Amino acid sequence: MSDQAGNGNGGTGEATAQSFELKVGLAEMMKGGVIMDVVNPDQAKIAEDSGACAVMALERVPSDIRRDGGVARMCQVEIIESIQRTVSIPVMAKIRIGHYLEAQVLDALGVDFIDESEVLTPADEEHHVDKFGFRSPFVCGARDLGEALRRISEGAAMIRTKGEAGSGNIVEAVRHLRTIFGQMRSLQALLPEEVAARAKELRAPLDLVQRVAETGHLPVPNFAAGGIATPADAALCRSLGAEAVFVGSGIFKSGDPAVLARAIVRATTHWDQPEELVAACRGLGKPMEGIEMETLDESQRLANRGW
Amino acid sequence: MVAAGRQSRPAAELCVGIVSVQGAVQPHAAAIAKAGAAWAQVRHPEDLDDLDALILPGGESTTISKGLERVGLYEALEAFAQSGRPVLGTCAGAILMAREVEGFPVRSLGLIDITAVRNAYGTQVDSFATVAQGELEGLRAIFIRAPQLKRPGPDVEVLARVDGWPVFVRQQNALATTFHPELTPDGRVHAALLELARKQQP
Repeated sequence: MSDQAGNGNGGTGEATAQSFELKVGLAEMMKGGVIMDVVNPDQAKIAEDSGACAVMALERVPSDIRRDGGVARMCQVEIIESIQRTVSIPVMAKIRIGHYLEAQVLDALGVDFIDESEVLTPADEEHHVDKFGFRSPFVCGARDLGEALRRISEGAAMIRTKGEAGSGNIVEAVRHLRTIFGQMRSLQALLPEEVAARAKELRAPLDLVQRVAETGHLPVPNFAAGGIATPADAALCRSLGAEAVFVGSGIFKSGDPAVLARAIVRATTHWDQPEELVAACRGLGKPMEGIEMETLDESQRLANRGW
Repeated sequence: MVAAGRQSRPAAELCVGIVSVQGAVQPHAAAIAKAGAAWAQVRHPEDLDDLDALILPGGESTTISKGLERVGLYEALEAFAQSGRPVLGTCAGAILMAREVEGFPVRSLGLIDITAVRNAYGTQVDSFATVAQGELEGLRAIFIRAPQLKRPGPDVEVLARVDGWPVFVRQQNALATTFHPELTPDGRVHAALLELARKQQP
């Protein structure tokens, strides 16, 4: 795929098993951590000082994209570069679904992880990026197991729930975590000859479905994103099986971003220790405003982007 | 659901603590289990009681450092190392064990007389895998946004190198790798940690 003639939907590096191992390796290193959305180097510094394990560069946080509308695109190159110069932790950045030229730009910038994200306006309504050909690893969103495995089959080295970005409402991330883990558990109960039919239902490649049936988990790290606004939200995602969390609008749309950022980091590490959670929940400023899901019609739901 | 606390432990078995503030804990846990020892998460100073050895895993050294500071683990880890029990640090863990840290400084434990240079190879697109040169033949080493180790002191034994740089070092009971032995099935680095732990047992 990545070597095709013509437009060359591919990256700048070689697609090898070794490079995929390195990509998943970096995802492993982010486990137990918090990846924070930032729009400038000052926010990136606050995120790093608060204990973020990576920052996600984007032009507007999801709640602003939701409010202001318009086409949301990859972050400006100068902002990404200034964030790279400012922090020591990995720098991620988002591209529009299917926009492999934005991916090539980020890859050439040496971005540590590319998020092919439903939060930005999709560039291709049918095809996601062929992610194997790039040197930078990719993370993609998923609502269910089939979607997660389709992204992995395209080369994603990390999966996150889509949740509902910019909503400040955890309900969709919980739904997606429960769906993915529930579908993995039910796969494990199948007899070997029943797996092929299930793969068809999931619209996912048989070899990946068989692997999940055997191991009970995704072949890449499995994180949560979309609507996490408080330390308790982060802990909830961890307890439902997410190995790390992404926080978007929640931090920099709150009354005291540094305090909330530190508290979410603490809750993510100590999600199963109530005394630590109490301490993390104490003294927080005003959280971001949340959105009730019923007030969003289908066209306003970012999670519906991608397939 | 994914909680992995202390496992049931037969009396004679070694138990290795893995600092679980942030980072790749599970691959180390799997390597330790494969080598026949028990393991336990370490997130507070009291978690260090009754452990025979300790692992500081890979992850983000800035993040792990802030987490150690918050729960008061730096002093506890120093006391643990001073007791003579072995400690293995990998990648971010190696940075935390160094005497000095260059690039983006973080507070380190100074268990090994060496300087760690953070993000010395570049970003993730510069990550690589290769075979390290040293006593352990054919040691496949995975480097992910790895640090480089420089200026080893006279008491530091360099056990493996890549391109001339030390990538696996030892000073008494402290072991450090800039690569990720937990991400390959090799097992010899974890075996070396357990061997040191057995020597410490009464």
